[in-house]
Amino acid sequence: MKFVTAILKPFKLDDVREALSDVGISGITVTEVKGFGRQKGHTELYRGAEYVVDFLPKVKLEVAVTDEQLDMVLEAISKTANTGKIGDGKIFVTNLEQVIRIRTGETGADAL
Amino acid sequence: MTKFATSLALVVLLGYAGMAAAEAPVPNKGDTAWMIVATLLVIMMTLPGLALFYGGMVRAKNMLSILMQCFVIFSMMAVLWALYGYSVAFTEGNAFFGGLDKAFLKGVTPDSIAATFSKGVVIPEYVYIAFQLTFACITPALIVGAFAERVKFAAVLFFMAIWFTFSYLPIAHMVWFWAGPDAYTDAKAAEAAGATAGFLFQKGALDFAGGTVVHINAGIAGLVGCLMIGKRIGFGKESMAPHSVTMTMIGASLLWVGWFGFNAGSNLEANGAAAMVFLNTLLATAAATLSWTAAEWIARGKPSMLGAASGAVAGLVAITPACGWAGPMGSIVLGLLVGVVCFWSVTKLKNMLGYDDSLDVFGVHGVGGIIGALGTAIVASPALGGTGVYDYVANGFAEYSMGTQFIAQAWGVGTAIVWSGVVSFIAYKIVDLTIGLRVSDEVERQGLDITEHGETAYHI
Repeated sequence: MKFVTAILKPFKLDDVREALSDVGISGITVTEVKGFGRQKGHTELYRGAEYVVDFLPKVKLEVAVTDEQLDMVLEAISKTANTGKIGDGKIFVTNLEQVIRIRTGETGADAL
Repeated sequence: MTKFATSLALVVLLGYAGMAAAEAPVPNKGDTAWMIVATLLVIMMTLPGLALFYGGMVRAKNMLSILMQCFVIFSMMAVLWALYGYSVAFTEGNAFFGGLDKAFLKGVTPDSIAATFSKGVVIPEYVYIAFQLTFACITPALIVGAFAERVKFAAVLFFMAIWFTFSYLPIAHMVWFWAGPDAYTDAKAAEAAGATAGFLFQKGALDFAGGTVVHINAGIAGLVGCLMIGKRIGFGKESMAPHSVTMTMIGASLLWVGWFGFNAGSNLEANGAAAMVFLNTLLATAAATLSWTAAEWIARGKPSMLGAASGAVAGLVAITPACGWAGPMGSIVLGLLVGVVCFWSVTKLKNMLGYDDSLDVFGVHGVGGIIGALGTAIVASPALGGTGVYDYVANGFAEYSMGTQFIAQAWGVGTAIVWSGVVSFIAYKIVDLTIGLRVSDEVERQGLDITEHGETAYHI
């Protein structure tokens, strides 16, 4: 199993969620986050004061998948979240050792 | 004989009736109703107008400290006004301080009357006291913006009590106290009446609704304050962006609406002059909003909401002294000018001089007040669409000399700067030596809301 973490532009979240549903993903976790990458921040001006805002708002999407689902999921995310402009985000993939559904005690792929 | 006696009795009677009428004019209900409404509008300027305008500009951790300072300063000044403030500002004394004849509002009844700017027209004195109270309340509250986010609540209140007594009251007396139009019957009577008026009134300085008394006075107190108290921790390094420009926009809008009470109410009567003041206030503010926005758009690339709100307030400040004598076109020009100059003063002048006037009390109220006070001499000129100055002896508008008037205005500006500067310096020193002005670094870091007031503005 794999654990996929994607950093996305907030307005792309709905499209990505829909695309993931279409490829059979039944659950995701989303967090509002801030960060910076190549896009960097922006400058805000308040009267005489100038502030550089380094951290931009993004959403972090987390989804656990089976090895077979991985490619479909990666394609779904990268296709729908792509605008071609700087700041589209990143996808991180890590190995996932175990999953447990708390209610039933199921483990592994059955718990996904 | 009988006929003669009857005629004599008639003459005496008529004379007496005439005298009685001259002695006790009755307030007009329309004027009275308007002044009550105007008073309400000025109350709204501080609570919640100014409080939100300022509150939106501080960081969220200091929001309640600003709201609370405005709220309690207003309440404290209201009580002090009734105890001795009204008497010191608006009874006869010397040219700088009034007397204590009406301390505790002694002798004032529902039948007491106050003069307006027309002969034989009066309003109830209670309304005049309440109206002037609202000015005495908002002026100290304006100052808190200069040292926002770093001063002890107790120190703020103590300072305001001293400053109100020794700066607001005498300057109000100097600028506004006079015997009223009915005393100006002929040249000799006018001279006698003039001698009892306040120092700047005698100099001929014009200040319709408080450019000198309110804005320069508060602006200078703010400047002295932020110079003496020092910068906020992290000033120029950390982000001190306004936590809610939305609140600031709401506050500025409430100020704008309330200001019609402030300016048009200062006419003391509901008549054509009040209507002119109303329109002038509307136009100067709109013009200043446009010019600040344009200046910011050109100089910095983007027109900001904070800029538009600041421009509106700058326009309101500048038209305040001038609104009773300017024409509508003069008001627009004054507004356009002050929007650009105040934009420059808060973006460039402040950085050049390096002081931390947190919410630009000096940059907007001080600078805008000075421009308005001096500009009054120009826009009041009948040649430029103004009304000129009324001569109560000749019962008509006097010949207008812009140069003479400009010098009179400069007297007003100079006196207010020096007087408020000196009183503020001494008052801050006294407070610093007794209570201490500044909170500890730790308190400042944590924010004044939790440390000074035990509350948090937002639970989200």
